[in-house]
Amino acid sequence: MPEPSNTAPTTTVTAPETPGVQPGQVEREFTVRERSQWQQAGRRFLRHRLAVGSLSIFLLLVVFAFLGPLVWKYKYTTITPDNSVGPRLGHPFGTDNLGHDLFAEVMRGLQQSIKVALLIAVLATTVGALWGVFSGFYKGLVDASLMRFADLLLTIPQLALAAGLANHFGGTWWIIGIILGGLSAPYVARVVRGMVLSLREREFIEAARALGASDMRLMLVHLVPNAMAVVIVNATLLVAGGVLGETALSFFGFGIQSPDTSLGLLVSAGQGAVLTRPWLFYFPGLFIILFALSVNFIGDGLRDALDPQQTRQRR
Amino acid sequence: MLAYTIRRVLISIPVLIGSSILVFIIGKLLGDPLESLKLRNPPVPRHTIDLENHRLWLDRSWPEQYYLWLKGLVLHGNFGPSVHSTDSIRGELGSALTVTAKLVVVSVIVAVTLAIITGVISAIRQYSAFDYSATFMSFLFFSMPVFWFAALLKAGGIWYNQNVNADTFGTIGDKSVLIGDVSFSDASFGQQLGNIVGHMILPTIALSLAGYAAWTRFTRASMLEVMNSDYVRLARAKGLRSRRVLVRHSLRNALIPLTTVTALDIAALLGGAIITETVFQWHGMGNLFRTGLQDKDVYLLMGWLLISATIVILFNLIADLLYGVLDPRIRHA
Repeated sequence: MPEPSNTAPTTTVTAPETPGVQPGQVEREFTVRERSQWQQAGRRFLRHRLAVGSLSIFLLLVVFAFLGPLVWKYKYTTITPDNSVGPRLGHPFGTDNLGHDLFAEVMRGLQQSIKVALLIAVLATTVGALWGVFSGFYKGLVDASLMRFADLLLTIPQLALAAGLANHFGGTWWIIGIILGGLSAPYVARVVRGMVLSLREREFIEAARALGASDMRLMLVHLVPNAMAVVIVNATLLVAGGVLGETALSFFGFGIQSPDTSLGLLVSAGQGAVLTRPWLFYFPGLFIILFALSVNFIGDGLRDALDPQQTRQRR
Repeated sequence: MLAYTIRRVLISIPVLIGSSILVFIIGKLLGDPLESLKLRNPPVPRHTIDLENHRLWLDRSWPEQYYLWLKGLVLHGNFGPSVHSTDSIRGELGSALTVTAKLVVVSVIVAVTLAIITGVISAIRQYSAFDYSATFMSFLFFSMPVFWFAALLKAGGIWYNQNVNADTFGTIGDKSVLIGDVSFSDASFGQQLGNIVGHMILPTIALSLAGYAAWTRFTRASMLEVMNSDYVRLARAKGLRSRRVLVRHSLRNALIPLTTVTALDIAALLGGAIITETVFQWHGMGNLFRTGLQDKDVYLLMGWLLISATIVILFNLIADLLYGVLDPRIRHA
């Protein structure tokens, strides 16, 4: 798609004879307004209909999870007198055999899952980006030891390791977020290192170095922002993967523990009732899919918007 | 090729040693194996705890423990003492691994085959209805939790069995204890095979899904890249038949990176297998890891992690070697 580039010469035509234009004023009809790289990316993203739709669904889910519990009449711990009823007016998603309102439970579960997923993405991205930048920038021994350590961590199945650590250190949302985030950091580190290895040989780094920029400045001001597009796309994938990881861990019994609840825990509780009380199984599962799917589509839109060259081959 | 192979194999040895150290430290972090013994009520005599401490090498320093563990492993193939003094960790790991390997291998074959077929069709018919629906499906599968889909399949299988009044799909375990009226080991070979296949169908579908979603996108991207390259255009310009261009010139080159991606995803697939096994109640690696965690059986957990790490390292090695075979540029670099 031909996009007006910000480097294109602006055509300013001074036409004093044009009606409506004051003498001496520049006529703007043919000018191309200058746009920054990020503005262009934003426009490209907004043109991606699926991504924008997914973004609104994502925001609705966030509102539902965080504001919903404040206005809904039941808490996720409330035991209502109606047990094992199907979806109806008072209980849109039905109730379980103890009388817990599933609507309230799903809101709470989604809230916990979102919190964990965002923590995973933020932590893994920050740690992984620094890890990768250090590794790629210093090369040699630093690179070798940092990357060999990443390789070693990646040889161990993440889910098993996370289950073991969560079992030992306890199952609150932030501990699970830290564990899964820490274990995802090597993936980000690898990607960022690859980018930095090629960026560090470019002229603008040489120029900055010639101007006397310190190593820290080179890394944080010059290298990190240039790897940002890839990092952001990666972060969205981490959010989607994070939700699946957290729910799988909770389903497995090593994630968030009752009396608190999570979507994985709800599916685990409902899996025996698929044929008898299907609402207990379908609603939590559908919310996991909806959340992960919307985040994945946002990520796809971001990739197209931030990295148009890659798009030509990927799509 | 020989020099390349030897070099790659030699590189994996330090990785394996590093991995064993990491696994040992993680195992130590996972808990105190004598926790339940110490908390037992009425309290266990001091002497018993001392004996257990000695039996599990806990009265020694970490480096000594690591040395003993590694020595037993390398010289005798032992995985160290289990908290249950009668259990053999090697035996448990062996039988669990056989069960899991069956599931993983079949799932990988199914997922790769389907991924290549749909990926190639999507690339050839880019932006067609098929391409769009395949893309959407892969996004959907990618966003679907394995445990949810597995539980759904299981319920579907049970529902089908009830309605047809047959036991087409096995939904619990990897084989039945009884086939009809006879025990599994007394049944005929055909019955045994049918039973095992019946138990494998649903877990295989569940586990293949995530791998399929990722690999079909990869095949499509890789295929599109090759099809737009100069040598494919040249092959067309030479007047080669389009089938020949597609299979000999495009597909063969497009599949090279797929081998690496598949081999590298094996760690994630093992994770998926743990979940699938839990849903279908197979006594595989997932079940073993869970009991190991509950019993704080640290040497079992270390052995488990080490075996998984070894499998991943082995597959990385295989991927490297295959890459060398398929792409001469790599081995001569």
